[in-house]
Amino acid sequence: MSTATLEARSTEAAVQSFTVTFLIRRFDPDVDTEPRWQDFDVEMYATDRVLDALHKIKWEQDGSLTFRRSCAHGICGSDAMRINGRNRLACKTLIKDLDISKPIYVEAIKGLPLEKDLIVDMEPFFASFRDVQPFLVSNSAPEPGKERVQSVAERARFDDTTKCILCAACTSSCPVFWTDGQYFGPAAIVNAHRFIFDSRDDNAQTRLDILNDTEGVWRCRTTFNCTDACPRGIEVTKAIAEVKQAVMRGKP
Amino acid sequence: MPENSAGTLVTPAKPAKEKPGGTLYRGREGMWSWVLHRITGVAIFFFLLVHILDTALVRVSPEAYNAVIGTYQTPIMGLGEVALVGAIVFHAFNGLRIILVDFWSWATRNQKVLFYIVVALWLITMLAFTPRHLINVFSH
Repeated sequence: MSTATLEARSTEAAVQSFTVTFLIRRFDPDVDTEPRWQDFDVEMYATDRVLDALHKIKWEQDGSLTFRRSCAHGICGSDAMRINGRNRLACKTLIKDLDISKPIYVEAIKGLPLEKDLIVDMEPFFASFRDVQPFLVSNSAPEPGKERVQSVAERARFDDTTKCILCAACTSSCPVFWTDGQYFGPAAIVNAHRFIFDSRDDNAQTRLDILNDTEGVWRCRTTFNCTDACPRGIEVTKAIAEVKQAVMRGKP
Repeated sequence: MPENSAGTLVTPAKPAKEKPGGTLYRGREGMWSWVLHRITGVAIFFFLLVHILDTALVRVSPEAYNAVIGTYQTPIMGLGEVALVGAIVFHAFNGLRIILVDFWSWATRNQKVLFYIVVALWLITMLAFTPRHLINVFSH
């Protein structure tokens, strides 16, 4: 028994912790006129995530730090933020993947109105999402007692774009969206793609007409920031290119 | 940037004010190729504007045209022509890349490779053009 305790203690000592400096862009609308950078030193393990650091800061150092998070496991899409100048989910960014010899910059995503600290107003983002009719529209009823049948190949056609969690990492990484907030943005086009290429859906033409707009797919300048930013690994720019081609052909 | 290195627990936390506007977004090849494409595109537009104006001078009088074109025969303008050709060559090759990215799914997936091919083609073209051009500029 004593050996077991000793072994447990030695493995515990082997896990090394680091002091990591975080520079966080703070903004309190009641006090600040301009956002300001504030630094925090946090003891972290290599296997910790940026979200753990934010938790430690909020719980142990400064309770006023404000950010969104829900599931903390990369599914809810609440904690998209700009980490070291790139859009990432805080809950999927490990400390060991960052250079901790320098401070780690954390700030809110760009292009949406800043509300407080790391929280932005997501309403313009969800408004474009709603505009592309992100729901199944079918003109025919399935056979009584049966589901709508779809082949494996038909399902695979839009599999990539079903993975979207609406975190806004792609839309807020898009240089076009930063300067033109009217642009639908990559996330809305991805969710349109998911239904345009769904064999069970009958409303593809309406969505193609919505996106065949000056603020639609043609605003895309193929900078690939969205593809790099997507925490779900969706090939966003490829999906947008497919929608562009569907618009030109006039059918999915 | 690394003013506050890791491990400075003792120093009082003072807000770093140097970058209130936020960090520059760190895009990769795709974003920077777009930035270069935009800059070279605007530069070429202004060149064409001046070029149309000075060529139109020949309708005013051939002497005026010759006088204006004569002022271009300087080494500084010669270097400017290197920059102009560099901008046009990049814009042309990257324009072909963008067409491929839009129309061919393989190219969409391999746009980074294509960007480096564009850079390589640009280098080859400029290595061939620049010495020949500068010899002409500085030997007259």
